[in-house]
Amino acid sequence: MTAAVEGSQAIRQARTGAKPLLQSEAAQGFALVSPTFLFALVLLVLPILVVLAHSFWTQNYLTIDRTFTFEQYRIALTEPIFRDLLLRSLLISFAVSVATVVLAYPVAYFISFHGGDRKNLWLFLITIPFWTSYLLRVMSWKVILGYNGVLNSGLLALGIIDEPSTAFLYNSSAVVITLTHAWAAFAILPIYVSLQKVDRTLIEAAADLGDGPVRRFLRVTLPLSMPGVISALLIVMIPTVGDYVTPKLVGGKYGVMIATAIQAQFGKAANWPLGAALSVSTMLVVSAMAAASVLLLRLAVRWAR
Amino acid sequence: MIDIRNVGRSYGAFRALDDVSLSIKEGEFFSLLGPSGCGKTTLLRMIGGLDTPTSGSIFLDGQSMDGIPANRRPTNMVFQSYAIFPHLNVEQNVAYGLKRLRLGAEEEKRRVEEALSMVSLSGLGRRGANELSGGQRQRVALARALVMRPKVLLLDEPLSALDKKLREQMQVELRRLQQAVGITFVLVTHDQYEALAMSDRIAVMFGGGIAQVAAPKEIYQRPVNRQVADFLGGMNFVKAEVVDETGVSIVVDTEGFGRVTTERPQGLVRKGLHATVGIRPERLRVLWDGATAQHEVAGTVIERHYFGEITHLVVDVPGMEKPLSVTETNDFGADDLPIGATIRLAYDPDALVAMAD
Repeated sequence: MTAAVEGSQAIRQARTGAKPLLQSEAAQGFALVSPTFLFALVLLVLPILVVLAHSFWTQNYLTIDRTFTFEQYRIALTEPIFRDLLLRSLLISFAVSVATVVLAYPVAYFISFHGGDRKNLWLFLITIPFWTSYLLRVMSWKVILGYNGVLNSGLLALGIIDEPSTAFLYNSSAVVITLTHAWAAFAILPIYVSLQKVDRTLIEAAADLGDGPVRRFLRVTLPLSMPGVISALLIVMIPTVGDYVTPKLVGGKYGVMIATAIQAQFGKAANWPLGAALSVSTMLVVSAMAAASVLLLRLAVRWAR
Repeated sequence: MIDIRNVGRSYGAFRALDDVSLSIKEGEFFSLLGPSGCGKTTLLRMIGGLDTPTSGSIFLDGQSMDGIPANRRPTNMVFQSYAIFPHLNVEQNVAYGLKRLRLGAEEEKRRVEEALSMVSLSGLGRRGANELSGGQRQRVALARALVMRPKVLLLDEPLSALDKKLREQMQVELRRLQQAVGITFVLVTHDQYEALAMSDRIAVMFGGGIAQVAAPKEIYQRPVNRQVADFLGGMNFVKAEVVDETGVSIVVDTEGFGRVTTERPQGLVRKGLHATVGIRPERLRVLWDGATAQHEVAGTVIERHYFGEITHLVVDVPGMEKPLSVTETNDFGADDLPIGATIRLAYDPDALVAMAD
């Protein structure tokens, strides 16, 4: 008996004492994530730190004055041109994310509740547009919305308008339409996943307790699929604020967004500190808007109960 | 109260329910008992409006329920999985169906509290749905249905997810609750003891049809066929031949039990035909020492299984094709009977039940 106890103690001591570094669970975990971690560190964290540092400096013709200052932020947030661009970017991205989620929800709902055995086929079909390049998809919207485009010729043929309209392309609604289409799948998938997780018995229970189809949806299905709606909203909202290609191609003069201005500061205007301050401000404002949207949605759901 | 008339349900080529007719009385605790796949849950869901019959009709209080969806029926269901809304707390779960009735905050609160105290959950109203134990979830589901004051409460295997001890406790509580509120309860279960312990009447179902509807004692003691007898617990089946028949009784010659007169069973029984006679294992009693009985058989113990308060004996009786199962309490030492011992068993001829082959 004692011998056995002593023996096991000895083993335990040997284990804790002479444990090689790589055998600890934490070390193994770090080893596993290290390639990704290094990648993210080099290509994400460092650039952000560089941008952050620049935003507190000043451009002095060809050199950079490294004295700490908030001057760039003052310019970024008070110059009317930047303020307007940022506001427009926020409005466009808000419109895009709301439109995308509103349009994606019914699609996800249909696949989840009425997809039957063909759910995977439907999901596959939704990804088909992504087989072509993003640029091509944006260009195709140009073909649809342009002066001699599909939409105009269609309306002309139907006699609804007498001459081609220029109202479709090169403005902010063209940007909204194009972005909404481009991000649809990214909204459909998370909403679909959260709808799949809704226990169908709960909907039956709601029916059993007296709720008709609309109330069942508002009181059970919608609140329980909220995580999907929120992630869809964020997935669309955050990247679209800084979108650069779409406004450039279909936005024209009235569809310019903040990314174009930032690009100009880093490029032609050669004012890195101002560009950096604009970037950082945009990031902060987007985060605030995303957080506010999430909070509002949560409140709305609670109220709907 | 509930009238089920020639109800059938097909899923493609599969017939889940086949021409079922059944009448459930007001205030009754009625059980649908059967193995999985016998159609009992389908039938329950149809009463609640969660499934639609492909033929036949269901009447509640004389009113046809054809085309009436679940949300407009005077029934409420306790689901097997309990279906507690995970985004609501206990109170909100229970009040779920009341919200639509717009009773006013006071009355709503009063009814929720009343329902919670009925299932002994008072004070747990603020608990989140995910902070509940299995037994508590079951009570919440029950309160949520009872608070609606339904004419019929439907219970789909409500106790199957609970452990044995809690299950037995809930059986007693459910029965007491039903008697207190006086609502018609329809319970679906595959557990024969649950059905026997709680019900006023039981319908035993097999393969989409009803085999027998009767009170628990009747079902247990006078099963209409071997299938029902077997499902309700252990039963010794003995071959017999019908030697005489009258309107209400028959006389059979049995293996081992000799010539006995029994109640006439359902089905085809005629003089000269074979039948089966059954006796429950606990109706065979070991005769100790010199005790004698008017009716007895002798045999050899070939197996012994110990179950704590009882012992199962398997006794080989000369002249019988299959050995007899005997359940004996352990107060006289049945658990010590050696294999190979010769014992005598007493029985009451009234405990023998004849079934058509």
